[in-house]
Amino acid sequence: MQKTITIQVKRYIPEKQPTPFYQDYEVPLETKWGVLDALTYIKDELDGTLAFRWSCHMGVCGSCGMMVNGQPALTCATFLEEYLPGPICIEPLDHFPVIRDLVIDTDAFMGKLKYVKPWLIPAEERSVDDGENRQTPAELAAFKQYTLCINCLLCYSACPVVGLNEDFLGPAAIALAQRYNYDSRDAGQTQRHDVLLDHGGAFDCTLIGECSRACPKHVDPTGAIQRYKADGAMEFWKRLLLPRGAAKR
Amino acid sequence: MSKSRNNDPFWWSFFGAGGVFSSFFVPIHILLLGLALPLGWVLWPEHGDLLALARNPLARIYLFLLIALSLFHAAHRIRFTLHDLLLAKSIDTPAAFVCYGGAIVGTLCAAMTVWTL
Repeated sequence: MQKTITIQVKRYIPEKQPTPFYQDYEVPLETKWGVLDALTYIKDELDGTLAFRWSCHMGVCGSCGMMVNGQPALTCATFLEEYLPGPICIEPLDHFPVIRDLVIDTDAFMGKLKYVKPWLIPAEERSVDDGENRQTPAELAAFKQYTLCINCLLCYSACPVVGLNEDFLGPAAIALAQRYNYDSRDAGQTQRHDVLLDHGGAFDCTLIGECSRACPKHVDPTGAIQRYKADGAMEFWKRLLLPRGAAKR
Repeated sequence: MSKSRNNDPFWWSFFGAGGVFSSFFVPIHILLLGLALPLGWVLWPEHGDLLALARNPLARIYLFLLIALSLFHAAHRIRFTLHDLLLAKSIDTPAAFVCYGGAIVGTLCAAMTVWTL
């Protein structure tokens, strides 16, 4: 019976070597070990210089996304046993600059996220004295799916458009825009249209669907983007045909 | 983000309309003209009867929309498929020109044909 498995890690240590290289590690094949457990073993027992991000170890924080045998995956929720007899190739998420080893630079994503204003923009300012913003279960259901995104960025790695077009807002940012667009407490749709209708917005999506396949939380960014295209096309024609004031309302 | 207006929602509107239109109606034409008539499930209509049907104003509008919107649907899909298949952003502008240009030419031909039936 197999006692160990080979983990092949794509390393990048810019201060030592300007180009990435692969390094093999032999780790114990423990029952129910995730790929993240194997990386932790490497760091603790074999090579303390290995750099990777992780936090919750339970598929909630979205920090430990990496390419596992070429597919974007949360390494805490991906088990060694799925890849027997090995080896397992671990690389940083595709389509992102790499800072070191498996640690990617998420600054560009954070910048894009800000563009879509992912916060409640109420029609009128309310004070605490005005009481709660009440919602019916149906109103909650209209956007709840899109709240489940954990910003793990697997969808950005899976999306070929992200790889081709660095201006594309990307699946998670557009799904998050829709999370607020469909919220009954929100009135910021017009402001988000300005970004989503523009170059790099939702219409850059070519409907490949890999984002929804990669999403570990079943947010279905493809669906969110397609729903936006229908809404956005209506808004486009309104802005084109109606007098300026009327279309903006 | 660029200052110029993004025209993709314009083209997408025709793509979306074409998708709905063709997915509903093209299968009927395939069933009738591709299977039912050649296989003898229904009798061939007389040419004169078909022509009279096609000359009905509503039929002319229907035929024009069916052809034109399907062309725009195909144009948009082919443009994006080229973009994804060739993995090249640089192909997008020439591909858009050829695809939408082809759809516009096809639409003009369809308009002329339907008008002069």
